[in-house]
Amino acid sequence: MSAHTKGSGGNGMKWVGRSIRRVEDPALVQGRGRFTGDLPAAHWVRFVRSANAAGTIRSISAPDGAMVITAADLKGVKKITPMLHKFEYRPVGQPILADGEVRFVGEAVAAVVAATEEEAEDIADLVEIDIEDAAPLVDSRAAIADGARQIHAEAPGNVILKGEAKTPGFDDVWASAAKIVRIDARSNRQNATPMEARAAHAAYDSVTGRVTLHCTTQMPHLMRTAIADCIGMPESELRVIAPDVGGGFGQKMSLCTEYVLVTWLARHLKSSVGWTEDRRENLIASFHSRDQYITLEGAFDKDAKLLALRADVLSNVGAYSCFPTTSGVEPLMAMAEMPGPYDVQQYQCLARGVLTNTCTMAAYRGVSRPVITFTLERLMDKAAKAFAIDPIDIRRNNLITTFPYKSATGLDYDEASYRQTMEMAVEAIDVPAFRTRQQAARAKGEYLGIGFATFSERTGYGSPAFAARGMAITPGWETVHVTVDPSGFVEARIGSSPHGQGLRTTLAQIIAEEIGVTPDMIKVVHGDTDTAPYGWGTFASRSLVISGGATLIASRKIRAKLLKIAGHMLEAAETDIVLEDGKAKVAGTDREVTIAAMAREAYTQTHRFKGEIEPGLSESGTYDPPGTFSNACHVAIVRLDPETGHVKLERYLVAEDAGRIINPMIADGQVHGGVVQGIGNALLEEIIYDESGAILTANLADYMPPTAHEVPPIELHHMETPSTQSVTKAKGLGEGGTIGPPAAIVNAINDALTPFNVEIDTIPATPQRIRALLRNAERAP
Amino acid sequence: MKPAPFVRHVPRSLDEALKILAEVAGDDGRILAGGQSLVPIMAFRLAKPAHLVDINEVEGLDKIADDGQTLTIGARVRHAAFHKPVTANPLGALLAYVARHIAHYPIRMRGTFCGSLAHADPSSEWCLTAATLDAVMIAKSVKGIREIKAASFFDGIMSTHLKEDELLAEVRLPLLPADAKFGFYEFSRRAGDFAMSASLVTYRLDGGKMTDARVGLGGAEASPRRIAEAEAQLNGKAPGDAAFRAAGEAASAAIEPLEDHQTDAAYRRDLVKVVVRRALEHSLK
Ligand SMILES: Cc1cc2nc3c(=O)[nH]c(=O)nc-3n(C[C@H](O)[C@H](O)[C@H](O)COP(=O)(O)OP(=O)(O)OC[C@H]3O[C@@H](n4cnc5c(N)ncnc54)[C@H](O)[C@@H]3O)c2cc1C
Repeated sequence: MSAHTKGSGGNGMKWVGRSIRRVEDPALVQGRGRFTGDLPAAHWVRFVRSANAAGTIRSISAPDGAMVITAADLKGVKKITPMLHKFEYRPVGQPILADGEVRFVGEAVAAVVAATEEEAEDIADLVEIDIEDAAPLVDSRAAIADGARQIHAEAPGNVILKGEAKTPGFDDVWASAAKIVRIDARSNRQNATPMEARAAHAAYDSVTGRVTLHCTTQMPHLMRTAIADCIGMPESELRVIAPDVGGGFGQKMSLCTEYVLVTWLARHLKSSVGWTEDRRENLIASFHSRDQYITLEGAFDKDAKLLALRADVLSNVGAYSCFPTTSGVEPLMAMAEMPGPYDVQQYQCLARGVLTNTCTMAAYRGVSRPVITFTLERLMDKAAKAFAIDPIDIRRNNLITTFPYKSATGLDYDEASYRQTMEMAVEAIDVPAFRTRQQAARAKGEYLGIGFATFSERTGYGSPAFAARGMAITPGWETVHVTVDPSGFVEARIGSSPHGQGLRTTLAQIIAEEIGVTPDMIKVVHGDTDTAPYGWGTFASRSLVISGGATLIASRKIRAKLLKIAGHMLEAAETDIVLEDGKAKVAGTDREVTIAAMAREAYTQTHRFKGEIEPGLSESGTYDPPGTFSNACHVAIVRLDPETGHVKLERYLVAEDAGRIINPMIADGQVHGGVVQGIGNALLEEIIYDESGAILTANLADYMPPTAHEVPPIELHHMETPSTQSVTKAKGLGEGGTIGPPAAIVNAINDALTPFNVEIDTIPATPQRIRALLRNAERAP
Repeated sequence: MKPAPFVRHVPRSLDEALKILAEVAGDDGRILAGGQSLVPIMAFRLAKPAHLVDINEVEGLDKIADDGQTLTIGARVRHAAFHKPVTANPLGALLAYVARHIAHYPIRMRGTFCGSLAHADPSSEWCLTAATLDAVMIAKSVKGIREIKAASFFDGIMSTHLKEDELLAEVRLPLLPADAKFGFYEFSRRAGDFAMSASLVTYRLDGGKMTDARVGLGGAEASPRRIAEAEAQLNGKAPGDAAFRAAGEAASAAIEPLEDHQTDAAYRRDLVKVVVRRALEHSLK
């Protein structure tokens, strides 16, 4: 279900704004996709992983005749040591295989190499690792307690990162508040669970001495740079290919030690080497996210206007720092974006990243925003309760309505529709009718609840925004090469690396619009460092904005050149020429020439241009925008079973604004997928460690992503506020879907819990947790 | 997630199957039925059987028979066979209702009734059914036939009193009285997941009062069983909220709760109270 208020043809454009079918899908739905794990290899790797969370390796013993690689074999291979040059950051290194010490259950200690995956696993069973245990630190609060054992010598007190912010005049405003409202929020740990787990395949070419690494990644160029750095080889000797990638969600934008090892082995063995991760490994040893404690306090004046926010963010970053974003990715994003869509100019924050004996944290769709939105939106609901006003009214009082707006953390918010999308959602869900239904249900002992989440989401940000974090690797820009070949067909080579987002379709729409051909004449090429321009890949809701912008810039140059060539060929002034339907036409006449003929001319009849037009028809565009903010309001209606603690989602509605929409169907798909992951975050998914540091949720029966049964129909409503900060006027929307559900759903649960006088501020809000609250309340006198 | 090496044997007759089983039982041999439990645990290498005796080709094990007293279910009968009632006796409707709660459709197409019993997951709906209705298990080996009553069949979590060389050839379920009522309720977090507690109840009405009440409970203790304390709250009483609540409370108090990361003891007792009562309420629908 989707209602589009604007766009969809009403924008005077021919291709932009249309739901054309995705060119990516026919191969995928017919099982003709090509994934890394499909490639044959001469050697297969099985990693032997630590069963201990912390300790010193005493010995590793391998069966006779087996090829088992350990840290001792990797002399000269550098550790992965991500770096931040701002804030108090302590760089720590991660060896490719555990070297002397293990720091989490699942850390790769040895790599068995055999002719088949089965054989490698059989041998791995026989490898014995003797570890002298140390007491593991699993929880971030335990890890920063006085006297806690230090996990890395470089990080005293186990704090790898500390960021602090405070606006001038904060204390005075704080002291003037009529009410201080506080929330202690807990977000438990998650795994992004892409359908395809990690996989790598490296093949050595004995003629050129190069290695081709196929791997399931979101950023092939940076993988090339980083792996070449670790191994100490020229980048030119490494080609990285991201073939079809079965989901990434951030988990595949970080460099994993396994890919370095597989590449090293291919060079070492001068052969081909494959590794396909299994689900258990993915759940215990890939990357985790969202393990945070946040205490947030809001200072309000007597009219429930938010004056100031004070936050304490404790982010459990696991055993190492992820590359390239570093362990700052969660705490620093939380610090920068906490104030969200609200007009509040006073802010104080302490954000810490804490090392523990758990799997390393990395970005996961939305990164910190599902957690900070959950925290802030719970705070707003608590404040509404404290002031005895409606949760919608308190938002009306506080949402930003004038743009551009500079946030208390220095971010520039471009034109958006925070208030309007909320009103749109309020109307669509029909709040009064719901309240009537809720009352009637309560009388029958049934408990319904409604919850809102309003948020803004920074998307499509370039290098200046990333530079604020001081990362040694500062991503941001994108380059696109657009070529019209002599046959008149178009190829666009992009540095982004889409893996499900439909960019091959949407970028073709942008090009088609600009140069007047049909999208089916356009091929978008990506994911191969030998053919695609250097770029940062696909993450952070950036590709449509940044690659799309670069595509538009390059297409405009192509358009300009086509007009020149047409002027030449039709002997007309460029200003009289229109490009459409694959032709250049002289307005008001029947004189025309096809783009194919112009392209042919541009390569094969260049002498006719008399040096006035350069040969060929190929242009490139680079784009590095400041960033734009999308926004949305999510609404959940839940039915709570107080006897079991079970929560059923009855309705889920999204009113959303991501600027100009290039392809509404694809936009809807992005929101749908995000919402489903957000539902998992709100209700179901949780990586649970026991005290020994072992994971109790190492399969998909215990770690519970939602299935189709748990997902209600998702109703979408769109607004389009064209962005002035994006050449295509589009904003990003890859992550937004995941950001709203924890806040909307848990607010709805708390609304349903109102008669019981208990509140839940933990995600996932599991039935066990809800029942425990209710049981305590039942027992209370 | 690749199983350790094993040899797969594919006997065509029961005799052949029992003979092979006798030979390989001592050498970590196991029966492979639907594979819906065994194959995953082999993939995790939690089990590394050296031999699999695959019974999927064995003739005669795929029968369901109703002789007017008992329903006999052979070792190759899949969960999906019960999607529609297999007998006009109320037992047919009971099994059809329960079957829908087992896993997901593709799993029900392969998993077997007898395999579920042999596997003895505490949450298995068929184990609960067998315990509630006092099924009789027919175990066969080269040494002969043993009849084992449900109450002495289960031996804790994923463990039974079947011997290594025994094949659970069939299960016999007594037919229900024609006027029997049944109710079933289970709780899980996602559709198709193993139940965190489940209850199956049957009873008859005599002059408006419940009699012959059976209250079975699964997923709450190491093995499913009948809860006499709950049954005592029903017999002689009129069906209704008071008796149903009392039965739920009694069951909740009577158990030795299993604990895991999503269910501590207190929560398990909460769930037991609810599933027993709701199973009883279902009997009135
Ligand atoms: C995702 C998922 C969800 C599931 N959810 C549920 C659920 O909600 N409820 C539920 O009850 N089950 C569930 N199951 C398990 C499923 O029902 C299995 O089919 C069942 O537990 C075992 O039956 P099987 O025929 O597949 O046995 P197999 O997997 O082949 O064997 C299981 C064990 O029993 C032994 N065995 C099998 N048959 C015999 C026999 N005739 N004699 C002696 N030993 C034998 C085997 O040697 C093995 O040890 C689920 C499975 C999966 C994968």
